[in-house]
Amino acid sequence: MDDTIAAVATAIGESSINIIRLSGKNSILIANKIFSKDISNVKSHTIHYGYIMENNEKIDEVLLSVFLSPKSFTTEDVVEISVHGGSTSVNKVMELLLSNGARLAEPGEFLKRAFLNGRIDLTQAEAVGDLIKAQNESSRKMAIKGIDKKIYNLINELKEKVLTLIANIEVNIDYPEYEDAVVVTKEMIKESTIYIKDKIIDLLNNSKKGLLIKNGLKIVIVGKPNVGKSSILNSLLNENKAIVTDIKGTTRDIVEGSIMIEGIKIDILDTAGIRKTNDIVESIGVSRSVEAINDADLVLFVIDSSEGFTSEDEEILDKITSKEVLVIYNKSDIKDNYNVKKLNKYKFLNVSTFDTKKIDKLKDKISEIFDLSSIAESNYTYISNARQIALLNKSMDIIKEIDNAIEKDLEIDMIEIDVKRLWETLSEITGEVSSEDLLDEIFSKFCLGK
Amino acid sequence: MNYDVIVVGGGHAGCEASLSCARMGMKTLLITTNFKNIADMPCNPSIGGSAKGIVVREIDALGGEMGYCADRTLLQIKMLNIKKGPGVRSLRAQGCKINYPKQMFKTLNETRNLELKEATVKELIIDNKIVKGIITEENETINSKIVILTTGTYLNSDIMCGHEKYKGGPHGEKNSMFLSKCLEDNGIKLIRLKTGTPPRILKESINFDEVTVELGDNEPLTFSNFYEATYDINKQYPCYLTYTNKKVHEIIMNNLDKCALYSGMIKGVGPRYCPSIEDKIVKFSDKERHQIFLEPERSDDIEYYVGGFSTTMPHDIQEKLLKEIDGLHNVKITKYGYAIEYDAIDPLQLKLTLENKVLSNLFTAGQINGTSGYEEAAAQGLMAGINATLKIKNKEPFILKRNEAYIGVLIDDLINKGITEPYRLLTSRAEFRLLLRHDNASIRLTEYGRKFGLIDDEKYNIYLNMLSKMRELNEYLENTYLTPTIDVNKFLEDSNSSPLYGKINLKNLLKRPEIDICKLLKYLNKDYDKKISEMVEIEIKYRGYIDKTNQEVEKMLKLENKKIPIDIDYNKVSNIATEAKQKLDKVRPLTIGQASRISGVNPSDITMLLVYLKKEYNNE
Repeated sequence: MDDTIAAVATAIGESSINIIRLSGKNSILIANKIFSKDISNVKSHTIHYGYIMENNEKIDEVLLSVFLSPKSFTTEDVVEISVHGGSTSVNKVMELLLSNGARLAEPGEFLKRAFLNGRIDLTQAEAVGDLIKAQNESSRKMAIKGIDKKIYNLINELKEKVLTLIANIEVNIDYPEYEDAVVVTKEMIKESTIYIKDKIIDLLNNSKKGLLIKNGLKIVIVGKPNVGKSSILNSLLNENKAIVTDIKGTTRDIVEGSIMIEGIKIDILDTAGIRKTNDIVESIGVSRSVEAINDADLVLFVIDSSEGFTSEDEEILDKITSKEVLVIYNKSDIKDNYNVKKLNKYKFLNVSTFDTKKIDKLKDKISEIFDLSSIAESNYTYISNARQIALLNKSMDIIKEIDNAIEKDLEIDMIEIDVKRLWETLSEITGEVSSEDLLDEIFSKFCLGK
Repeated sequence: MNYDVIVVGGGHAGCEASLSCARMGMKTLLITTNFKNIADMPCNPSIGGSAKGIVVREIDALGGEMGYCADRTLLQIKMLNIKKGPGVRSLRAQGCKINYPKQMFKTLNETRNLELKEATVKELIIDNKIVKGIITEENETINSKIVILTTGTYLNSDIMCGHEKYKGGPHGEKNSMFLSKCLEDNGIKLIRLKTGTPPRILKESINFDEVTVELGDNEPLTFSNFYEATYDINKQYPCYLTYTNKKVHEIIMNNLDKCALYSGMIKGVGPRYCPSIEDKIVKFSDKERHQIFLEPERSDDIEYYVGGFSTTMPHDIQEKLLKEIDGLHNVKITKYGYAIEYDAIDPLQLKLTLENKVLSNLFTAGQINGTSGYEEAAAQGLMAGINATLKIKNKEPFILKRNEAYIGVLIDDLINKGITEPYRLLTSRAEFRLLLRHDNASIRLTEYGRKFGLIDDEKYNIYLNMLSKMRELNEYLENTYLTPTIDVNKFLEDSNSSPLYGKINLKNLLKRPEIDICKLLKYLNKDYDKKISEMVEIEIKYRGYIDKTNQEVEKMLKLENKKIPIDIDYNKVSNIATEAKQKLDKVRPLTIGQASRISGVNPSDITMLLVYLKKEYNNE
């Protein structure tokens, strides 16, 4: 970590300003070589106006922010250069920095330095990682909450409950002759585990929503050929992404688009009509459709109201029975208020792609199924990190073992073994126990070593 | 004169240290100020208790003396925590403060290679940071390869009672004034600790109609892993229970300024787990009463110990207080309670062998290392003795791991965490306590004792015999099947268990929590020793939890196997907290596992240390 790294910190694209970040002990020295003013003795947390220079030639008019060690994101000397957007200017400044001694940062390297320098702990590192990868406003908010230690407070409350239990049991064991201490009964343990269990279930449920915010939803449109799947996709996307014709088998591959409902990103996949076919290209499309179904959070099963429920529909139904399904009776302009008895256990909707109101209803229905409006409104204290979710699930398993032991009327000393494991597992979530697993995680995340 | 080992101090640590050295063939000298105080029990003559009882079993399994000596002289004994699980069961005996020291003195006298001497040690002979012997207050010089200090509370001690304070050890004995200075002058850091003891009273002045009787257990129990009990279970001495009351609390609150503790006279830190009665009343003011235990101290049964009433009040107030308590209205005090403040060495300066890091060939054990309790002292004495001998013999040191013995937990805690108050073993300090049971102490440790020559043939044969009986019973349980007959199901019903529907072997049947091995064997007309049956049963019944604990042990050992280079420069490890850096540099842990147990070193520090090792040493 002795060298100085540089990278473009903002997304490259059509923005008017891009920020280039430098971190390391030579940050000031390197920036000074290409800046029009001398910044070698400036104070920390100051901004300087000037030009990036190459051989007395002005390259770009910039603002340069200086953060001196240790009060910076990485705890090293950091310089941030706000340059004008557009790839030529950004590339030129980067090139100058690299030729003056900086090294191009690896992905996530600033974060890694912040972590290794003790600026942030693992949960924070994970949250910052999430923040960087955040796809939308909601997941950005969530990532910030992670840094706010909201997760800490939540888990800590549970840990305290467990610790009280442990402390009381130990007093009972170590001071058997004293009456002063409350004798911990199995009922008391049960009471605590129920409380903790409820909280964890809440957290896990919230986390599912959290994942939804982070990754969005996947919806797949299925149906036999030419029932209007592509038309539905197009009207949802409000653009002509899929080629719509009335020739069966027009959509041979998966067509994809995204919309936002209540601030949640929703990927919609239009699949090739599922039918037996001899056309090789089309048959590849069909098998991809089946894969897409497996990954989907929701399957829109489109049926042509004017044709009714056919044996081909029946075959498709077989492939989606394990999924969350919304039946779309399309072409309601031809035949409205239609439904099939056999599909009564599924949610359904009559739709016509010619009627924008009905398409809005479809969006409402999707929102309703996933309770998107409440997700959008709630304050996002979710755990979205896979490691943390796995530990929460492990905690639930341990609680089950505690309940089992109580059921079997085992001695308090046995029960306490699991109570202690519960405490340790919760501590791992907040990174307060340096377990081997956690270390592995750290090493894999930041590929340490030479 | 030349010895292999000189042990300074004849308390519980000194006795075990000198016995183990002598038994391992070392020419050993035990020096103590007064033979009368050898194996003395200046506080409650009780041995064992939660966790501590298991330590006595461990000492015994390794070939130490405390367990046998206690078994032969006890007044009452009981098993604690019977219903709380096999991992926390522990013996507690009320000993005799006359007979225990007598028995121990006899053993010391009869031991080959061991000489006893009455003298007070003034200073150590030190040459270039290497200890080479001692000089007595009479200026006698005695040389040895190793010196083990087991001076208890005698180092520079002050006795305090009310506003009185005077230099002296327990029982008003002469203390050791010069040794502290000698240690300090040679670079050893001393800390000041405090402990206290309650008054003793005459039995004939107790009104037993006003107190509750507490009896010993109704079956023979022993600390010894090898020998049967010899006491008469029907002739155990009862203990008694009474309580403080509002009037007592009032008197204490009104006289706080008169006691040594609250008048600011005491500087040393006392143990939280053993508070004085003043402390209890002040800190737990919401409690309406506190338990007071009246416990016999000697087999001639004339004097009682007032447990739970440790005090530094002046004599007249002590008397006034006791006379307010039920059963004690006419009490006659034989000895008043007092506090004692003494020097101990900071145990962070010790190696895992209990050898000093600053002064080579100097070992310390017992209260001088900041512990409290006879059992903790004896355990360290034994370990210091073994390791001193191994050092002289140029052999690998003997370190017990945390998953092997409470003794391992004790020493590991001491040298890594240091102390802020006198250290007492608790079951909660042992993270793998299900493995460190009363019943399996000899299975865990006897082979070590045998290896060092501390377990004689007689004991070893008893041990081997026990193992073969266990094997035999295990095979029987494995190979014997029950079928769902009316008779079998009747037995199961009587045991509150569900009936059988197919055949099952006894081992699997015993996994049911409600099935008791002794009842099962009785039902099958099988005669197996009860102790052996219970040991076998515990391993079967709690297998799942034992396995879980073993997994935790694996995790620890993984970290334990990550070695830290001896020459590591902690100043080069970036981003660990300054406190952690200092602690690491002071303790100089040998492994990451050990480093993670040092107090003041946080998981994040360990992470950074691992990162550093990985970068610098490519440590896998």
